[in-house]
Amino acid sequence: MVRTSPLLRLVLRTVVVGYLVLLVAWPVSLVATHTFDDGFSALSKAFADPEVIHALKLTAVVALSSVAINLVFGVTISLLLVRYEFPGKRLLSALVDVPLSVSPVVVGLALLLVYNPRSGWLGPALADAGVQVIFSTPGMVLATTFVALPLVIREVVPVLEEIGDDQEWAARSLGASSFQTLRRITLPGVKWALVYGVVLALARSLGEYGAVKVVSGNVVGSTQTATLLVDQRYQNFDQPTAYAISFLLAVASVVCIVIVSVLRPKQEA
Amino acid sequence: MSQATSALPREDAGRAVREHRPARSVNALGRGSALALGTSLIWFSLLVLIPLAAVVVQATTGGWSGFWHTLTNPQTLSALKLTVGESLLVTALNVVMGTTIAWVLVRDRFPGAAILDVVIDLPFALPTIVAGLVLLLLYGPRSPLGIDVANARPAVFLALAFVTLPFVVRTTQPVLEELDRDVEEAASSLGASSATTFRRVILPSLVPAIAAGAALSFARAISEYGSLVLLSGNRPFKTEVASVRIIGYIEGDNLAAASVIASVLLVVALVVIVVLDLIQRRVSRRG
Amino acid sequence: MSIDISHISKRFGSFVALDDINLTIPSGQLTALLGPSGGGKSTLLRIIAGLENADAGAVTIEGTDATHLPAQKRNVGFVFQHYAAFKHMSVAKNVAFGLEIRKRPKAEVKQKVDELLSLVHLSQFADRLPAQLSGGQRQRMALARALAIEPNVLLLDEPFGALDAKVRKELREWLRRLHDEVHVTTVFVTHDQEEALEVADEIVVINEGRIEQVGTPDQLYDAPANDFVMGFLGPTTEIDGVLYRPHDIEVFTHPGIAGSIPARIVRELRVGFEVRLTVELLDAAHEQITVTVTRAHQRSLGLRPDLDVWLATTHGAVVPLMDPAQPATA
Repeated sequence: MVRTSPLLRLVLRTVVVGYLVLLVAWPVSLVATHTFDDGFSALSKAFADPEVIHALKLTAVVALSSVAINLVFGVTISLLLVRYEFPGKRLLSALVDVPLSVSPVVVGLALLLVYNPRSGWLGPALADAGVQVIFSTPGMVLATTFVALPLVIREVVPVLEEIGDDQEWAARSLGASSFQTLRRITLPGVKWALVYGVVLALARSLGEYGAVKVVSGNVVGSTQTATLLVDQRYQNFDQPTAYAISFLLAVASVVCIVIVSVLRPKQEA
Repeated sequence: MSQATSALPREDAGRAVREHRPARSVNALGRGSALALGTSLIWFSLLVLIPLAAVVVQATTGGWSGFWHTLTNPQTLSALKLTVGESLLVTALNVVMGTTIAWVLVRDRFPGAAILDVVIDLPFALPTIVAGLVLLLLYGPRSPLGIDVANARPAVFLALAFVTLPFVVRTTQPVLEELDRDVEEAASSLGASSATTFRRVILPSLVPAIAAGAALSFARAISEYGSLVLLSGNRPFKTEVASVRIIGYIEGDNLAAASVIASVLLVVALVVIVVLDLIQRRVSRRG
Repeated sequence: MSIDISHISKRFGSFVALDDINLTIPSGQLTALLGPSGGGKSTLLRIIAGLENADAGAVTIEGTDATHLPAQKRNVGFVFQHYAAFKHMSVAKNVAFGLEIRKRPKAEVKQKVDELLSLVHLSQFADRLPAQLSGGQRQRMALARALAIEPNVLLLDEPFGALDAKVRKELREWLRRLHDEVHVTTVFVTHDQEEALEVADEIVVINEGRIEQVGTPDQLYDAPANDFVMGFLGPTTEIDGVLYRPHDIEVFTHPGIAGSIPARIVRELRVGFEVRLTVELLDAAHEQITVTVTRAHQRSLGLRPDLDVWLATTHGAVVPLMDPAQPATA
């Protein structure tokens, strides 16, 4: 057994805790203290600001839309990858991971090149049909969907593989159609994986910054999300609002993490 | 037994993870599933494949000379060197610290360890702009510690260390938990000291996981943008990274040059994915 | 109501799982598909169920050509080795599943479920989750679930393979009694010859994708068609290329019996009531074979290692039917 002496153990523990405190815990807690420097005035000032409200609403709309899209397509692709055989399956499986390794700025650029209404590949055609993508909400939904794409799939696929398809075959042998099997057996079986995937995707979507910045044009009061607002307010010396919104975003992140951490042990077969 | 209660998606997620009984024979596509596949592929292409292709295409509009010209622009070169250099340094830090943190989480239980789990996942869930802002609070002009790295090179290192924190930890933690204690006991019954057992028995099993985490950490570091905006000041030749350079080109309406740098980053990301896949393959072969 | 299998073949890549199988399973009977792992019996069962498609051939279930019917439409009850319990549903809901899919009225479903749960002695577990049941209980639930849809045929794929020995024995007897009560055409797959011999009305021995023999347990044991069947159903010993049962070889302590073979006892192993003697034939090849005698017999003859003996097969010894040459009997 690798038995660490009590001294070594204490040293390691101190180093680790110290590192985490200095790097993450303390800085994040500072945003809380600074937000409440003057009691609740920073928060109430922020909530009274129509631009802030607009940004928060826009963030919610974009995040929820993108999570919904990723949920539907994520489940579909997971089922296809695990339960079916088709040419190019391994390629698709590898490609699905790509968004995790792409810089958000590159994501924004990529979408810009295709969807911008002047010189994009598809942008002008869409603009003629009356659909504004870049500098508008649909573009921001696209960008947010892109960056969070793998999250649902990476949660659902291993669970689908682990539970195997016996239950699904049993359901079929008892007379269930494909749809009935999906609804009554498969989806309930991956219930928790879906929850984790959604929560992770939500956290990612709420927090997206770089890609949305490129794609939205960052027009205040129109295409400005919460993260873009933080950036703009801080740089314009409106620190209190910047801290207040950062605090809200940090709380949202913590809540998402805690939900997933608390729920995970429940995922017993 | 501390659990791997991680908010990060499992590193092995998406790969073939086979435990007890493998899922049995897969089906051929039927009508419904073929339709689903087709729709999904169209969606995926419109969202991911076509846009990324557009970046590569745009990067090559100026031919090789245009490509090279952009790449060798002094400011760009400086940005790329800074990006890669700092990312490598941070990855090295993460290899050491990540493994240590995973070790303490798995092998050392003390009250409050559960809170550490949340702290470790925070950089993954926190918006990058907020990350920059909070780091500025502790390490900027009004730092309670008196440390001010704002707009200086160390700020880049600091921001990257923050955002890449979870990766090595979360890839090595499950491996440490799954480690068969029997093997360690066998080693010590054969006369190996703790240090030797760690070095010759444990570490080798960890290497693939550490490598995977390092690859992810590096890919994340070179891609980083948001946390650097406020913290590093994006000063050309001093603290400007590749992603900032890209934004600069976009705002200057020079999409071709932006695409050139973006393509470089994409190629590096691709290499990382391939390396990861190879590592996973080798690990599953060893069983 | 019988199952007709006609020229069924199936390969997985280059591996031939089933090679031109022809078989008729009479209705109302409990039939075992017996054979070694990988021999094709599970594949055949799954083809009957519609969980797998044959490459060639036809499956007829009670007169209806089921070859191209999906599993969903065959009205076949299937029980899996690892239970395939619907983990997120209670025991009662599991059993009710097939009926709910068929949109039967709630009252009817409840009555049927209660009936079946008491048939399999799981009434008190109706509201539990499968995870709270033992392996044996889960398999009984799976059986109840399959019977709920009143299938024409009940198929069981190594149903007791995942259970430990004692539970396996109990469930074996229980399955036999259940069949005697319910009389559904039942086919089960097993690699355990004792299980097949104990439970089945008729056994189909399948090896390497081909049927070796079909018959009652007695027929298979007493008149095996070939070396494989004989060897699979019980211990064998070989003399001059012919297989015999180790207890069908008589040991004499003196020469003189016509056709007897000189040999020497090398080792003895006393297991329970039988004594297994390793005997070396004193011919050119010096093969070592196993001969089984009772303890009483060993004592009365004074058999021990290094003793010279003479061996002959008993009158009426069982040999594979396919084998033409039969040496002299005592």
